[in-house]
Amino acid sequence: MAVDLAQLNEEYRYGFHDPESYIYKSGKGLSRSVVEAISAHKGEPEWMRRFRLRAYDAFERKPMPRGFWGGELRHYPLDFDDIHYYVRPTERQGRTWEEVPDQIKTTFERLGVPQAERQFLAGVGAQYESEVVYHSLREEWTRQGVIFLDTDSAVREYPDLVREYFGTVVPPADNKFAALNSAVWSGGSFVYVPAGVQVEIPLQAYFRINAANMGQFERALIIAEEGSFVHYVEGCTAPIYTTDSLHSAVVEIIVKRGARVRYSTIQNWSGNVYNLVTKRAVAYADATMEWVDGNLGSKVTMKYPSVYMLEPGARAEILSIAFAGRGQYQDAGGKVIHAAPHTTSSVVSKSISKAGGRSSFRGQLKVQAGATGARANVRCDALLLDEQSRSDTYPLIEVDEQQVTIGHEAVVSKVGEEQLFYLMSRGLGEQEATALIVNGFIEPIVKELPMEYAVELNRLIELQMEGSLG
Amino acid sequence: MSEVLQIRGLRVAVEGKEILKGVDLEVRPGQVHAIMGPNGSGKSTLAHTLMGHPRYQVLSGSVSFGDRDLLPLSTDERARLGLFLAFQYPSEIPGVTVASFLRRAYMAVKQREVSAVEFFRVLQQKMRHLQMPMSMAERYLNEGFSGGEKKRNEVLQMAILEPKIAVLDETDSGLDIDALKVVAEGVNALRGPELGVLIITHYQRILHYIQPDVVSVLMEGRVVQTGGRDLAEKLEEAGYDWIREGKA
Ligand SMILES: Nc1ncnc2c1ncn2[C@@H]1O[C@H](COP(=O)(O)OP(=O)(O)OP(=O)(O)O)[C@@H](O)[C@H]1O
Ligand SMILES: [Mg+2]
Repeated sequence: MAVDLAQLNEEYRYGFHDPESYIYKSGKGLSRSVVEAISAHKGEPEWMRRFRLRAYDAFERKPMPRGFWGGELRHYPLDFDDIHYYVRPTERQGRTWEEVPDQIKTTFERLGVPQAERQFLAGVGAQYESEVVYHSLREEWTRQGVIFLDTDSAVREYPDLVREYFGTVVPPADNKFAALNSAVWSGGSFVYVPAGVQVEIPLQAYFRINAANMGQFERALIIAEEGSFVHYVEGCTAPIYTTDSLHSAVVEIIVKRGARVRYSTIQNWSGNVYNLVTKRAVAYADATMEWVDGNLGSKVTMKYPSVYMLEPGARAEILSIAFAGRGQYQDAGGKVIHAAPHTTSSVVSKSISKAGGRSSFRGQLKVQAGATGARANVRCDALLLDEQSRSDTYPLIEVDEQQVTIGHEAVVSKVGEEQLFYLMSRGLGEQEATALIVNGFIEPIVKELPMEYAVELNRLIELQMEGSLG
Repeated sequence: MSEVLQIRGLRVAVEGKEILKGVDLEVRPGQVHAIMGPNGSGKSTLAHTLMGHPRYQVLSGSVSFGDRDLLPLSTDERARLGLFLAFQYPSEIPGVTVASFLRRAYMAVKQREVSAVEFFRVLQQKMRHLQMPMSMAERYLNEGFSGGEKKRNEVLQMAILEPKIAVLDETDSGLDIDALKVVAEGVNALRGPELGVLIITHYQRILHYIQPDVVSVLMEGRVVQTGGRDLAEKLEEAGYDWIREGKA
C-alpha cells in the first residue's frame, strides 16, 4: 500500500476543534512504506530509520506467539491489516496546557490530568493517539539534570543517550509484538535520572486512544543512574470507546547500582483493545526494580513485566492485579531472572474474574547456575465471582542452582456465600458486599500505590462491579 | 407501634434435610428471650433463617416483624429494618478494615451519608465502652482475631448499628470471665423499651448478666419447653434428659 504523505496531510487537516481531526493518519495496514513514512514524518536520524526497518523485517518473519507466552492469542484473531499504525493528532507538542488543542485538552481535563499535575506530580506526559501532545517537568527536577521527555523528542535532543540504550533491554526480534512496536513506535516517555537524584514525587504519563481501529505503539525508556530513584506512573483511567484497537508498547528500564525504579500502571482500556505489551527491566548491583501493574478493561491483555537481575544484591518486586469481566481475557503475570548471587525477587499476583471473564497468571522464575543465595517468592491468588468465570495458573520454574530459597503458592477462591451473607446481614446490598470483598482482596497491592491512585483503582473496580464498563 | 418478632409454624430445610420442624416463638420489644438446647438442635439454623441466609429453605410457616412479612425480604433489607445477628462463627474478610466496613454498614442501615469524622466519633465511643483498643479498628475484619475478639467485635457491630431485634448466637462462648462481663454490659447498655433480644446460649452464666424474661428450649427442631429464668438454672443442673424423658 502506497502512502502519499503530502496528500494525506492535506486530506486530514480539518482544524483542531473536531474530535475526528488529525494532521496525519496512515491508511489501514502495515508495509515497509508505512514504516518509512512514519520515520520520514518524524524527521528521524538514519540509525533510527534503519532500526525500524530491521524491526519491520523481524515482524514479518516472526510467527504469531505460540506456546507458553501469548499462545492463547490464537483464540482471539487479530487483523493486522485493519489497523491504522500512525495517527498524528496535532502539529506540535504543548509545554503549557494552553498550547494543547482545545478538544484534546478537554479530554485530558476530563481525565483529571492537569489537576493531578498541579497537585501531586513532578512531571506529566499526555499521549493522544500516536503523539505526545503535552509534556512538562517541574523546574526543580530539570535543575538537577532529570530528563523527562517524549521519546521522539529525546531521539532529537539526546541522540547519544537514547542510542546507547534503545532496544538493548528488549531487542526488536524479542517477540512479534516487540518487533511491531520497534518498527512503528511513536511517543512514549524517556526518563533519565542522574546519579544520586531522588525524584520523590511521581512522574506520570497518560495514554489515550481516540480513533477507531487505532494502533498505539508508545515506547518508554527509563535510565536510573547509580543511587537514584524515580516512580513513573502510566495510566489511562477513563473508559475508551473504540472498536478493535491495538495497544502494543515496549518499556525498557535500566536500573544501575543502588538505584530504585518503581513503574506503576493503571490501565483501563475499552473492551475492544488488544493490549499486548512488553515490559522489561535490568537491575544491576543492589538495585531495586518494582512493577505495580493494574490491568482492567481491554479485550485481551498479555503482559508479563520482567526483571533481569544481573548483578549481586539486585531486587525485583512485581505486584499485579487483573480484572477480567465479560468477554475479557487477562493473561498477566511476570518474569524474574536471577543471574547473580544474593538476588531477591517477589511476585504477587491477584486476579478477579467475573461474568465469564478469564484470567490467567503466567509466571517465569529462573535462577541461573551460580546465583547462590538467591531468594524468590511467587504468590498468586485468584478470586472468582461466579461459576462461569475462569482462572488458571501457569508457573514456569527453572532453578539451576542448589543454594536458593524458593517459595511458591497459588490459591483460587470464590467469593464465599458465608462472607456475602455476613456483610449483607449488616445492611450492605449484594453488589456493595461483593465489591467490598474484591477491594479487600486487592488491598495488599492497592496499599502500595500513592493515595490518589489507590482511590482511582478502587473506583474503577467498583465501576467494573456495577458492570457499567461491561 | 410495638414491633414484635413473630415466628409461627416455621419449618426449615438445609440441603434437603428438614431441621426446624415447626417452631413458634415471639420476641417482644424490651424483652430478652433466651434459647437453649443441645448441639445440633437447630438454634443456629433458626438464627440464619431469621436473617435470610439463602441456603436455608423455608418449607412453611411465617416470620413477621411488626406488620412486615420478613420471609420475602433479602438479608440486607432485613438488616435495614433493624434485624441483627451476632454470628456464632463470624466470617473473615481479608483486606477490609473493621472501620471501613462498619462505616459502610452504618451508612447502609442509617440510610444516609456519614462523614468519616462523624463515624469515627461513634466508633471511638463504642469501642471504649467495649474496652476494645482503637488499633483493632484498623485490622482486617475478623482476620486473625482470637475467638473472644471476634465475639466482642460482633457486639461492637451491634452497638453501632443499634438494631431493634438482636439475635445473639452463642456470643458468650469462648469469652473469658472479664470479657463476658464487658460484652454483657455492652448488650445491657443497648437494652431499652425498643430492643428485643434473642439470646442463644448453652450456659446460664451469661444469663446472670443479661437477665432473660423468657427461656425456651429447642430440641430436634421444636420448642419443647418454655419458662422463666429458673428454667435456665434447672437445665444447667439437670441437663436436657429430663425434658427428653418428659417428652417420651
Ligand atoms: N449447611 C448445612 N448443611 C448440612 N447440614 C446442616 C447445615 N447447617 C446445619 N446443618 C445441620 O442442621 C442441624 C442443626 O444445626 P445447627 O447449627 O442449627 O445446630 P445448633 O443448635 O446451632 O447447634 P450448636 O449448639 O452445636 O451450635 C445439625 O444437624 C447440622 O449438621
Ligand atoms: Mg449453633
